[in-house]
Amino acid sequence: MNSVVIAVGAFGFGLAIGTGGAYGKLYGGPIVRDLLEVYTTIVRAVPELVLILLLYFAGTDLINRVLEALGYARIDVNGLVAGIWVLAFVQGAYSTEVIRGAILAIPQGQIEAARAYGMSPGLLMRRITVPAMLPFAIPGLANLWLIATKDTALLAIVGFSELTQETRTAAGQTKAYFTFFMAAGALYLLLTLFSNVIIAQVERWARRGMPRIAGGGQ
Amino acid sequence: MSNAGEESLSGAADVAAEAIHVENLHKKFGQLHVLKGVSMSARDGEVVAIIGGSGSGKSTLLRCINCLENPTSGLIRVNGEEIRLKPDGHGGSVPADRRQIERIRSRLGMVFQSFNLWSHMTLLENVIEVPVHVLGIKRDEAVANAEKLLERVGLAEKRDVYPAFLSGGQQQRGAIARALAVQPRVMLFDEPTSALDPELVGEVLKVIADLAREGRTMVLVTHEMKFARQVASHVIYLYNGLVEEEGPPEQIFGDPKSEKLKQFIRNIH
Repeated sequence: MNSVVIAVGAFGFGLAIGTGGAYGKLYGGPIVRDLLEVYTTIVRAVPELVLILLLYFAGTDLINRVLEALGYARIDVNGLVAGIWVLAFVQGAYSTEVIRGAILAIPQGQIEAARAYGMSPGLLMRRITVPAMLPFAIPGLANLWLIATKDTALLAIVGFSELTQETRTAAGQTKAYFTFFMAAGALYLLLTLFSNVIIAQVERWARRGMPRIAGGGQ
Repeated sequence: MSNAGEESLSGAADVAAEAIHVENLHKKFGQLHVLKGVSMSARDGEVVAIIGGSGSGKSTLLRCINCLENPTSGLIRVNGEEIRLKPDGHGGSVPADRRQIERIRSRLGMVFQSFNLWSHMTLLENVIEVPVHVLGIKRDEAVANAEKLLERVGLAEKRDVYPAFLSGGQQQRGAIARALAVQPRVMLFDEPTSALDPELVGEVLKVIADLAREGRTMVLVTHEMKFARQVASHVIYLYNGLVEEEGPPEQIFGDPKSEKLKQFIRNIH
């Protein structure tokens, strides 16, 4: 299941980029903020398919040129690793904004209390900011995870053998298009349903300190 | 080091050491000059109440003591140790040494107007958070101490409840337990009852009064004049960013000298 590995990797690294990005945007100096603004704007402006082509081909070409210039031999970039990084780069831009919004949603007093009791910035992030922002971030991050699982299909364009690509090959050879594509669709659906169960549990845990919304929005 | 310095300054052992010393403190927010050279001090065991109208700078003064607001200029000493400040490049100043300010803060028990308990932690977790993760106390020890403190503020049975499920008065008493858990040299109260429903004010004031009785050093910003009169040993009246008048509570409330203070007290009653 290459698709799942890529999705997990891309989402995970995207999350790391997003956390760093959100911190940079909120607390960084002017230069850091501007650079991150350029990153999130461009990545979110360009169609993902174009970005994938660009980063995959141009990216590996760039790496090899740099290696050659430094006198090293060209390397063959591993398709899996490249796929993960390309999607992570895209995911990072979106999760930067999701996490930035979630951090802004934390009541400022809780951060202030942590500072007033002498927490260092690292401790404050680990003990207060991250757990306190989770309830606000999870719906957005859950979206990003589901998008990540399906974006793996875009990697078919660079000849990477993930679920959609394999389905096309199999369907083409057997001419049983309907069966194979229905099966692929069912697999994506299954992955989503499974994800939903996990996400619901994570969300319940993250919201443990919050009262349920009374009346269910009546 | 701090004690030796204090003794040589005061020259007499029977004078309690200064826990908080503020000298010529200025604070500007942009064009707004909130504190215009305030000096104050709190000796060990003293309860200093800071009163004044809204916008007088009383909360800002309290928040400058632990650098939640960076003073524009001035000198702050906590337990005899001067907070080292450096220019921030915009005409103000910031703490020069992050570790120093973190160390000083970890022994100041701050209680906020809006409680500010951490919402993802139970009451007990809130109380042990700083002892375990900032002060490095063993978890068992911190829990045992936290249970005693929660008992003391009347919340023993609420230890595993999240703050959102507690009343304002309970949250504020929990916040006081959190402050006590760091064994603070000084407790700082920033209008601790202003966000409470009237019927919940009493339970919080009772806890604070108990602390005052046992000789804790406290600096208290408050609107509760009757309470300030009861518990304070020294009252500071701020007006427009300056100390307009200060003295023992009987004098401030019973025989005020300044016109502004007379008017302020008339308006309160």
